[in-house]
Amino acid sequence: MTDTTAPAPAAKTGPRISGAFHRLLAFSGLIALIVAFSLASPNFLQTQNILAILQATSVNGVLAIAATLVIITGGIDLSVGTLMTFCAVVAGVILTYWGLPLPVGILGAILAGAASGLVSGTIIAKLKVPPFIATLGMMLILKGLSLVISGTKPIYFNDTPGFNQIALGSFIGQIFPAVPLPNGVLVLFAVALIAAFVLSKTALGRYTFALGSNEEAVRLSGVNIDRWKIAVYSVTGAICGVAGLLIASRLNSAQPALGQGYELDAIAAVVIGGTSLSGGRGTVLGTLIGALIISVLANGLRILSVAQEWQTVVTGCIIILAVYADILRRRAL
Amino acid sequence: MLTRRTLLGAISAVAMLAAASGPTFAQENYDIAIISKGFQHQFWQAVKAGADQAAEEFGVTVTFEGPETETQVDRQLDMLAAALSRQPDAIGLAALDSQAATPQLQQAQSANIPIIAFDSGVDSDIPVTTVTTDNVAAAALAADKMAELIGDEGKVAVVAHDQTSRTGIDRVDGFVNRIKEAHPNIEVVSVQYGGGDQLQSTEITKSILLANPDLKGIFGANEGSAIGVVNGKTELGSNIVVIGFDSGAAQKGFIESGAMAGAITQNPVGIGYETVKAAIGALKGETLPAIIDSGFNYYDKSNMADPEIAAVLYD
Repeated sequence: MTDTTAPAPAAKTGPRISGAFHRLLAFSGLIALIVAFSLASPNFLQTQNILAILQATSVNGVLAIAATLVIITGGIDLSVGTLMTFCAVVAGVILTYWGLPLPVGILGAILAGAASGLVSGTIIAKLKVPPFIATLGMMLILKGLSLVISGTKPIYFNDTPGFNQIALGSFIGQIFPAVPLPNGVLVLFAVALIAAFVLSKTALGRYTFALGSNEEAVRLSGVNIDRWKIAVYSVTGAICGVAGLLIASRLNSAQPALGQGYELDAIAAVVIGGTSLSGGRGTVLGTLIGALIISVLANGLRILSVAQEWQTVVTGCIIILAVYADILRRRAL
Repeated sequence: MLTRRTLLGAISAVAMLAAASGPTFAQENYDIAIISKGFQHQFWQAVKAGADQAAEEFGVTVTFEGPETETQVDRQLDMLAAALSRQPDAIGLAALDSQAATPQLQQAQSANIPIIAFDSGVDSDIPVTTVTTDNVAAAALAADKMAELIGDEGKVAVVAHDQTSRTGIDRVDGFVNRIKEAHPNIEVVSVQYGGGDQLQSTEITKSILLANPDLKGIFGANEGSAIGVVNGKTELGSNIVVIGFDSGAAQKGFIESGAMAGAITQNPVGIGYETVKAAIGALKGETLPAIIDSGFNYYDKSNMADPEIAAVLYD
């Protein structure tokens, strides 16, 4: 018993302290961007624009949190984008094609995500296929399946009134009309809180860090690492299901061809937020800040009328800067 | 110290950009945000070139953005939301999904920002006008060229992409009606639909040719149909006149080799130009027609290399 728990706390205390440092770093970067854009344009710091930024962050933020979990284990999930789409399409099939009630559609999308994560996790843990390859394969499989089950056309949710309220409605706005915060943003915050709780307070969280720090040590201490690995990928998949519901609700349709490329934005948010791609280190809060940095940057540059090609260049520079700053910090420690 | 480093980095990046876009802010002029369906493809770059040309000519500021692929509906909405926050004077929009854009369209309407729809347009009554290709007139031009090439008499056929889409309906009607009205000695013996699929259009073409050995020409109503028609013609060793639609490397190659007589091209540069022009018109309070034709051209081997034609062709 003492053997199994011994490596876990040791692996955890390190990441925690450095994580806190990094969080500060990414957070000051976010504040710097907000200040700079506010000074550059009076249109930036307006309620409507802040809401637009948060709305734009919600889907990528949830996907990035999903990716954070597997990245902390030292793995990667390239299928988060197309899995999101697949779950959206599953919701579309359940609600629009089959006409079942809303809760069934919501549950179905999340279960579809978890099931796909279970498959990815099993391929990685049991068949020993490297995560990069396994999830690359899953990315394509899910992309194809989304097109197959949707009949290659968007599925609209017009017959399910209330579906678009998941992302677009505003529960807060009904209480405080001045701040119509979209529900999608609340969902993002809820997912973040739950993920942060799981990572810091549960056995699953402890093993997530332990797998990323020293998988061999965990295995030698008698833990069934395959089971925990599969569990992490399943949770990641379920969170992608939530992202699928958010994007489908926002568009009031499941767009089957969308999704590829979204994994890269999610991974970028994770990395900017200080989670190490080599595993064992990372925080949900960092990822949330990383996702916000990406949205603020995109929105701010658009408001400043910067040409699109240059927006892309700047985003690339920021990713490299953020990770370089992290390397400098670790050298200094 | 490290925090300061990131801060400095971030600020200098922003400062650099602010400096780069500085001059456009200095002018007191109309600010027009164009949100397109794409950005990287040659077609959209040609639309952008037209918009830039109009911006320079009329002294207005134009920004042009579009998602990486035509499936990224949510990314287009984020672009539209950021454009609205910028409070431009007008917005040009080619919606990927009109329904999904409804909240932003309403927001624009309540902020009195006129929306100019372009390309396939926006399925809503909020846009003040739509800049698009007049497909009926474009297909009628194809009919006239066909008549000219076959000596204004004989049998012809049409291979189109589908009978449900707006472009499919308009191009078939435009061609068939023009032949009936202006070329009484020509008979359209067959109109077939191949879904724009090259292989299916090839098979259709072969069956039309086998059923009508005296056929003189076929009009392929979109890129895939036209390529299929040429393939079918080549497989049977026929010498009929083929007129295609749009461009692309394959069609351009067929025109160069003589397998295709020529094709109709839409004018993406014109779409961009007319969109900006219509936005200025709307801001000046002019009454705009519901549809603004962005123009089209017939091109063949002789004029393919002309700068104005070459500019609207893509690979």
